[in-house]
Amino acid sequence: MTENLLEVHGLRTEYRSDGRRFTAVDGIDFTVGPGEILGLVGESGSGKSATLRSILGLIKPPGRVEGRILWRGRDIHGLAPSALQRVRGAEIAMIFQDPMTALNPVLTVGQQIRESLAAHTDLSASDRQRRAIELLDLVGIPAAASRLDDYPYQFSGGIRQRAMIAIALAAKPALLLADEPTTALDVTIQDQIIKLIQRLAAELRMSVILVTHDLGVVAESCDRVAVMYAGRIVETAPVATLFRSPRHAYTLGLLQSMPVGRSPRTPLPFIPGAPPRPGDSLNGCAFAARCAFVGDECRHGRPETRHVGLDHMTLCRRAEALPAALEPA
Amino acid sequence: MTVDTVDRRPNRLQPPLIFGTAILTLMLITALLPQFVAPYDPTRFDYHATLAPPSLAHLFGTDMYGRDILSRILWATRIDLQIAVFSTVGPVIVGTLIGTLVGYYGGFADIVLNRLVDVVVTFPFLVLVIGIIAILGPGLTNLYIAIGLVDWVFFARLARAEILVQRRLDYAHAARGLGYGPARIIFRHLLPNAIGPIITYWMTDMALAILLGSSLGYLGLGAQPPLAEWGALIADGKNFMATAWWITVFPGIAIVVAGFGFSLAGDGVADLLRRRE
Repeated sequence: MTENLLEVHGLRTEYRSDGRRFTAVDGIDFTVGPGEILGLVGESGSGKSATLRSILGLIKPPGRVEGRILWRGRDIHGLAPSALQRVRGAEIAMIFQDPMTALNPVLTVGQQIRESLAAHTDLSASDRQRRAIELLDLVGIPAAASRLDDYPYQFSGGIRQRAMIAIALAAKPALLLADEPTTALDVTIQDQIIKLIQRLAAELRMSVILVTHDLGVVAESCDRVAVMYAGRIVETAPVATLFRSPRHAYTLGLLQSMPVGRSPRTPLPFIPGAPPRPGDSLNGCAFAARCAFVGDECRHGRPETRHVGLDHMTLCRRAEALPAALEPA
Repeated sequence: MTVDTVDRRPNRLQPPLIFGTAILTLMLITALLPQFVAPYDPTRFDYHATLAPPSLAHLFGTDMYGRDILSRILWATRIDLQIAVFSTVGPVIVGTLIGTLVGYYGGFADIVLNRLVDVVVTFPFLVLVIGIIAILGPGLTNLYIAIGLVDWVFFARLARAEILVQRRLDYAHAARGLGYGPARIIFRHLLPNAIGPIITYWMTDMALAILLGSSLGYLGLGAQPPLAEWGALIADGKNFMATAWWITVFPGIAIVVAGFGFSLAGDGVADLLRRRE
């Protein structure tokens, strides 16, 4: 296997509120290879966004991050602010869920792209202007040159997310962190944005961590998936493997509740109960209380990572009890 | 939502802004060129027309030395506008800067600033300023210093609160995620987004400064005779209130109009900034 671009070991992220600690990310490990699109899926509050923000060092005190974040083999966790600034934006860029609020409302889109270029490249002012038009063109904004002087409020949601991507791409980052980039958009636009990210990843040989709670998006665009539940990655596998034979009861539940290949007007299976709240003390598997396959061994001790196939990891101690393969839809 | 449904008229002028700026523009012209606007020399005595009521010759009447009230009010515009600007410019800049930095970095400086705000807010503003002038001595320069020493706190408080809101928004995280340094994030991204309420409050504060300057002028702590200043003009007439009301009433109206102008302009600016979002 080629060398990994990003390796995360034992990442723990805690927030503090009213003197109580909440563990958002509870000791996770994962890797991202060059050019790979990794899907990070899970429910709201499962720690997906906190993971991305931890990688970029965007968690501010009293929040706390522990663990090792190896970027091209170098630990960037706890790096001095000035050194971290050279990684942020230049090598790892991030786009956000809501393009309404992630663009600066008082600067034109052109200004914001040129600023990103000025911060990370040695281009002259006229080169920056030309490159800004190229970037808007690259992300598929029609009549790019004429839209540079528009303010974000003059753009529709989809175009705004494209502009956000253009700003993130300015410094040609090797890794793009996409935090639910399609959640705030119309379904038709969602598809366009996902296709755009896929195309850019391929064209620019850029890796992507795509955070989403939409399994359809994952199936369509990712190479590998990590499923998060209650702050832990409960299963990691290549997309095809995960969708064919999930080896964690939670993943299985998620896949079975997808409305794909079902006859209309039949009830959709769902996972009963609700995920544990942050701050709840857990003994055993976090999913045990909702699990249809739960056994006695699930109720005690912290689940350990198990290898159940090629590049396929799970925390589930009852993996063997799950159906060997899902019927293809 | 398509682009066409977005309100594209953020810069359409509204009546408050038009009236406000009209009043302020007239004031500015008067302040710059009083000799062309005022019918008489504001310091010329005329013992043949002392305490004359309003007439065609003296539209606002004359005072006990026969000086033309209208001319004195017009000349006073220069002093009062100076008070409005000079006593607030320093506090706006210093207060905004301190508040912005404290809001962004927080920590111990935040605690210090908040206690300082508490202390200043506890005192009545006028009493605090009078106290400082009592130490420095009366006069316009000391008036500016006294107001400046107290007033910056309010801008610091406002800027801090605005920055606290702005730095939690996604675009601020995005700016950090893009690897921008603190200086760039603070001054190019956060401050321009936070400046609206500060400018609006500045407008109001200039009106307050005129009121304060007039109050101190009335008490003899601000502009010194023979300088014409609205508060001092009102003080001139206080002994003749029953017999020559025009000496006090017209400068009073001038203060009201000026305050009105600043308030309208402030409202208009606030409205304009709101619609730009």
